[in-house]
Amino acid sequence: MTHVAQQVRRADVCAVAIADCFRGDGEILANPIGNLPVLGGRLARALHEPRLVMTDGEAHLAGEVHPLGAAPEVVEGWNPYRRMFDVLWNGRRHVMMGASQIDRYGNQNIAAIGPDPDRPARQLIGFRGAPGNTINNPTSYWVPNHGTRVFVEKVDLVCGIGYDRAAELGEVARFHDLRQVITNLAVLDFETPDHRMRLRSVHPGVTVEEVVAATGFELAIPDEVPQTRLPTPDELAAIERLDPGGLRLREVKD
Amino acid sequence: MNDKRMSEAEVVGRLADGMTVGIGGWGSRRKPMSIVREICRSPLRDLTVVSYGGPDVGMLCAAGKVREVVFAFVSLDTIALEPHFRRARESGAVAARQVDEGMMLLGLQAAAWRVPFLPTRVGLGSDLPRLDPSLRTVTSPYPAPGGTHEELIAVPALHLDAAIVHVNRADAGGNGQVLGPDPYFDDLFLEAAGLRFLSCERIVPTAELTAAGPVQSLKVTRLMVDGVVEAPGGAHPTSCAPDYPRDEAFQRDYAASAKDPDGWERFRKEWIDGLDEPAYQARVKG
Repeated sequence: MTHVAQQVRRADVCAVAIADCFRGDGEILANPIGNLPVLGGRLARALHEPRLVMTDGEAHLAGEVHPLGAAPEVVEGWNPYRRMFDVLWNGRRHVMMGASQIDRYGNQNIAAIGPDPDRPARQLIGFRGAPGNTINNPTSYWVPNHGTRVFVEKVDLVCGIGYDRAAELGEVARFHDLRQVITNLAVLDFETPDHRMRLRSVHPGVTVEEVVAATGFELAIPDEVPQTRLPTPDELAAIERLDPGGLRLREVKD
Repeated sequence: MNDKRMSEAEVVGRLADGMTVGIGGWGSRRKPMSIVREICRSPLRDLTVVSYGGPDVGMLCAAGKVREVVFAFVSLDTIALEPHFRRARESGAVAARQVDEGMMLLGLQAAAWRVPFLPTRVGLGSDLPRLDPSLRTVTSPYPAPGGTHEELIAVPALHLDAAIVHVNRADAGGNGQVLGPDPYFDDLFLEAAGLRFLSCERIVPTAELTAAGPVQSLKVTRLMVDGVVEAPGGAHPTSCAPDYPRDEAFQRDYAASAKDPDGWERFRKEWIDGLDEPAYQARVKG
């Protein structure tokens, strides 16, 4: 097994971990954002969650599982930006967003870095749909560069809301549901009594100590941390079909 | 039917310093750039710009036209962060009222429907209320399933003094047609505005509109339009599907011009100052 683990591409492990994150979702809109998340979502739809609905990244719902960078030949629906709000406020969606900063309860920042929001040290993309996503439908995160600049004690701005803030809101936040944080090093979740972030598995070739060192807050760490599972031959074949140009390998290095 | 045709300069002549101007499109897609360029040439200043932001926001900031931006994001799509907007924000040159994408929709919808606010969960628990202390909540008069009366965000109506949008086809009276796959929020921007301007790739006789696309593509009615500008290539460098894609090479040059202090001055000398729209389009085809 160790021998196999040394040969496996880290990006492929990430793609499979992302696909597993959509396991059990059924007939909802899987809405991963970014190349590797989209690959993982399509992998889930191709192999174990065939009822998932996915966009083409534009205004169409793809009627087939098509490769990255291509347009679907079959379209099963129309989903312009405005209709995305109908889906997400209805709750039938699982989004996977990025995070420039994230804390132990899953509060996420993609808007700006620095103490002064009126004059940010670094203006980022903006709040986008993060507040609405996190309070209305299941949300997961993808972090391709697990490090202490991303996993921080306190985020500069709360865009996507974490479990502590949702708990303070009470019933009005009953649709809040953060699932997993998948990174280039590990899979994390919030399956602890007070929803603090927990190390769920480490990718093959990564140690628990490396993850701890790359995380700027104290993680919940079980006594036994499993290894993130390896891709099956079927999964590797599907990954090759869905990402023939190897975009995933540019996002996550071995 | 009124003939509402006018030029970009006539549109800009109807605008005034300090106005709140909504701009249609999304990111670097189907932006009314010919009117944006004309605003850059004008003496207008202190605008509040409301936009699902792309190079419209970046250019207006670089040209010194903007006091405040109401935004959920500003992006060039293939270049994730709009560099001129970034520069303006990081130097403190423009103020920001940050919103969630869905809150912008609700604010425009409230203005369009002439109600003071629309309730939503969006924004609860986030830092948006901290950044905008004027944002209020409203308590539901009805019990939720768990018996509590939910306290929701009351997104205030986002009234626009003026709106500018760009579509594929229109008639001279202001009926507008979107032939691409996504109408974005253009009709809402017009409905939320006092002064409403539509630019288009081509003005055609009304009968040609339904010949070019299904009736559902007639997203803009002349009820909501005060002026129509024929602007072939008017969305350049943003995309205007299916008429043309984004000009990625031009956009890269535009983005690169944010890298040094003289970059914008060079860009505006080449692409804005002293040109009218036909001269701009001729230079693009160059």
